[in-house]
Amino acid sequence: MIPGVSIREVNISKPFDVEAIRQDFPILHQKVNGYPLVYFDNAATSQKPNLVIDAISNYYKLYNSNIHRGLHYMSEKATEAYEAAREKSRAFLNASSTNEINFTKGTTEGINLVASSYGRKFLQPGDEVIISTMEHHSNIVPWQMVCDERGAKLRIIPIDDDGNLLLDEYKKLLNDRTKIVSVVYVSNALGTVNPVKDIITLAHEVGAVVMLDGAQATPHMAVDVQALDCDFLALSSHKIFGPTGMGILYGKERLLEQMNPYQGGGEMIKTVTFEKTTYNELPYKFEAGTPDISGGIAMGVAIDYINSIGYQNIAKHEHDLLVYGTEVLSQIEGLRIIGQAKEKASVISFLVDGIHPYDMGVLLDKQGIAIRTGHHCCQPLMDRFAIPGTCRASFAFYNTTAEIDKLVKGIEKVKTMLG
Amino acid sequence: MTINEIQEEIIEEFALFEEPMDRYDYLIDIGKKLPELEERFKIEENVVKGCQSTVWLHSFEKDGNVYFEADSNTVITKGIVGLLVRVLSGHTPQQILDTDLYFIDKIELRSHLSSQRSNGLSAMMKQIKIYALGFSQQAKQA
Repeated sequence: MIPGVSIREVNISKPFDVEAIRQDFPILHQKVNGYPLVYFDNAATSQKPNLVIDAISNYYKLYNSNIHRGLHYMSEKATEAYEAAREKSRAFLNASSTNEINFTKGTTEGINLVASSYGRKFLQPGDEVIISTMEHHSNIVPWQMVCDERGAKLRIIPIDDDGNLLLDEYKKLLNDRTKIVSVVYVSNALGTVNPVKDIITLAHEVGAVVMLDGAQATPHMAVDVQALDCDFLALSSHKIFGPTGMGILYGKERLLEQMNPYQGGGEMIKTVTFEKTTYNELPYKFEAGTPDISGGIAMGVAIDYINSIGYQNIAKHEHDLLVYGTEVLSQIEGLRIIGQAKEKASVISFLVDGIHPYDMGVLLDKQGIAIRTGHHCCQPLMDRFAIPGTCRASFAFYNTTAEIDKLVKGIEKVKTMLG
Repeated sequence: MTINEIQEEIIEEFALFEEPMDRYDYLIDIGKKLPELEERFKIEENVVKGCQSTVWLHSFEKDGNVYFEADSNTVITKGIVGLLVRVLSGHTPQQILDTDLYFIDKIELRSHLSSQRSNGLSAMMKQIKIYALGFSQQAKQA
């Protein structure tokens, strides 16, 4: 099975050529510690193509202005570009309206917004919120906070030793007290692609709403919120080749209408008097203050860029990298892959016998290879596997099998040094 | 040897290696040769915790000098811990407090000491100074 096969067809405008694509990313062409950079930390953040970098630079060079209420030329131009990014985001997720596209700082803010604005309003004492064992801290802590505040209970879907979510156990957790299910679409630490369509259908049967943490899914696969029928989905621009500090929260319009604003301030109001304030309409209700204008515009350009490559091409290439990487890494004596789910995105977490991930990370860096080590903000998941952390190589569509070969060589060298 | 003489000695040793990887090889060697800290000292009070690696730091005073013994669960951290112990152990509290650890920059290991969260080394440095300060206060009171 190809991980991340697109649910929705995406027009492919040109054949996939990894070497040509690499030319779009200036950062990849440098030496680190005397070695050509191998960047395998894409699950932490992705690199940016020239188009995205230029979009930020052009905004500040040519039309930096505050948006929405300015009458002058540059303000109109900035507003137009920013709102065009919202339309691109809508199409990207196949939302039914731009009213369902809220711009945020990133996935973390998106989840906090829903926990705060939906959770606080609708959770009653005794209600239950379900998350899974493989959640990032950002999809654990906001729910713990709101559950504590509202007297609700947090329940956890267990996983098996390969990192598959246990759907039967999930079914047992669902009941008429379940109000919210919030799960990760693709695990950042294991690469597991969760069966979110089934999770959503089952949750809806008991009347719960479902939030998806889409941070690690959107770099790899087309996400169609209508086909999934998820109620909320959060993602981060910087994981999809856009700038940091920007993200999207998708929410069904019907639900967003019922929720209270997350923050108060400019932009989110219609009228303000000292006696009473009326709130602005969607999506501005949730967008207090001057937003990251260049970030929004550049995220729109990142979406254009992804579309120009096509998710089918991305999924195919990354699948090849995952299969190749799994095969060659598995051949290293003493190397154990953590997370061998049936369906995976291009993430390989591993441990090598007798070598602490910290030592591995430092010594690979000295060879120009960037991976991530540690608990990956998933401490409960590490506890589940009874490990302190892992080494994680995460691939993007601009990575190559030749780079994976360098990783293998690098690991062998570290083994020799520490042996 | 004074603290600075030991620092100079370490700088000379590391200058023999041009390649960064060779410096790390040497550092790993130092880590491996560091005597294991006795289990009875690997207790919660002696833990200097980083996000990814843990350092145990035990100190004691003898004849007016402060001695350090330390360990870590990662080899590279252990190597740096070994260097710090070599430089700072066996000197008076005041000498330790007055030390400028310039050798770290010279042998290009600063990144390991400045990272805020990952390896516990910056916390260890702070702890060493706290111990030294504590012993110097004790000495003054006595």
